Amino acid sequence: MFKATVLIKRRPSILDPQGVAVEKGAKHLGISNIKGTRIGKLIEFDVDVKDRAAAEKEVNEYCSKLLSNPIMEDFEFKLEEIK
Amino acid sequence: MSLKFGVVVFPGSNCDHDAYYSLRKVLNYDVEFLWHKDTDLKQSSVILLPGGFSYGDYLRTGAIARFSPIMNSVISFANKGGIVIGICNGFQILLEAGLLPGVMIRNNSLKFACKDVYLKTENRETIFSAEISEETKALKIPIAHGEGNYFADIELLKELETNRQILFRYSDADGNVNDENNPNGSQLNIAGIVNKNGNVMGMMPHPERACDPTLGRTDGQQIFKSIANYILN
Repeated sequence: MFKATVLIKRRPSILDPQGVAVEKGAKHLGISNIKGTRIGKLIEFDVDVKDRAAAEKEVNEYCSKLLSNPIMEDFEFKLEEIK
Repeated sequence: MSLKFGVVVFPGSNCDHDAYYSLRKVLNYDVEFLWHKDTDLKQSSVILLPGGFSYGDYLRTGAIARFSPIMNSVISFANKGGIVIGICNGFQILLEAGLLPGVMIRNNSLKFACKDVYLKTENRETIFSAEISEETKALKIPIAHGEGNYFADIELLKELETNRQILFRYSDADGNVNDENNPNGSQLNIAGIVNKNGNVMGMMPHPERACDPTLGRTDGQQIFKSIANYILN
């Protein structure tokens, strides 16, 4: 069994209105040196297989077909063996 | 071909009944609901993906609905030239399914935009717009969305323009397209597009909410009448 941690980031070329708005909030708070805030997603789950290669294959498919939209997002993940 | 609209019902669809009502009660067309878990399109000649918040908009708008069993049938129907229209969340589902190009991101205001807007028709030579009269400078149709900010890269935008795939742009009442009348930050004020073959259309505004005269606006009828006339003639 593996624990997967997936990080999904919006591509640099895609606008992130949410990030821009959050950064405005930082300025209102007086946190003034923040630049380029981008908001992504962190997704965790377990993969119930014994073999790391099989886990990678399945996570790749999950990420590329459902968890991310390849037009606007990139993903990366790490697998940690548990049990 | 006989005219029959199939309105897909996803968990979280909330404009399915509006669409059904406008098509059946106002325009007197044959229409049937199609459940997302089914695969049978019930001899529909037009598939309508309605607005709403399918699967709670979890992950990304339209991302999970795109894998509903009915969508395999809708995708093969579209690939064979079948007519498909996606409204609001339906448009987002068509983007996720790859039936239309581009992506939808959060409105630049970060606010949910719910109001009447005006749409300039950019191409009257499509299945969806042939009956929009030349006198109509702009269609008055409501929007209701939080993620209607259409995004495409420069190459795709050029391609959309070259192929005349941009169907509707946000404008003022006279059809002038400008930043002031862009409600969500969409590139090139894009409100609706068609695919290259011209049989699949997606739009963020809600034509089904602009059909019944008692609601004070009927411009949405012109879109449905265009589709009906195309099939019947």
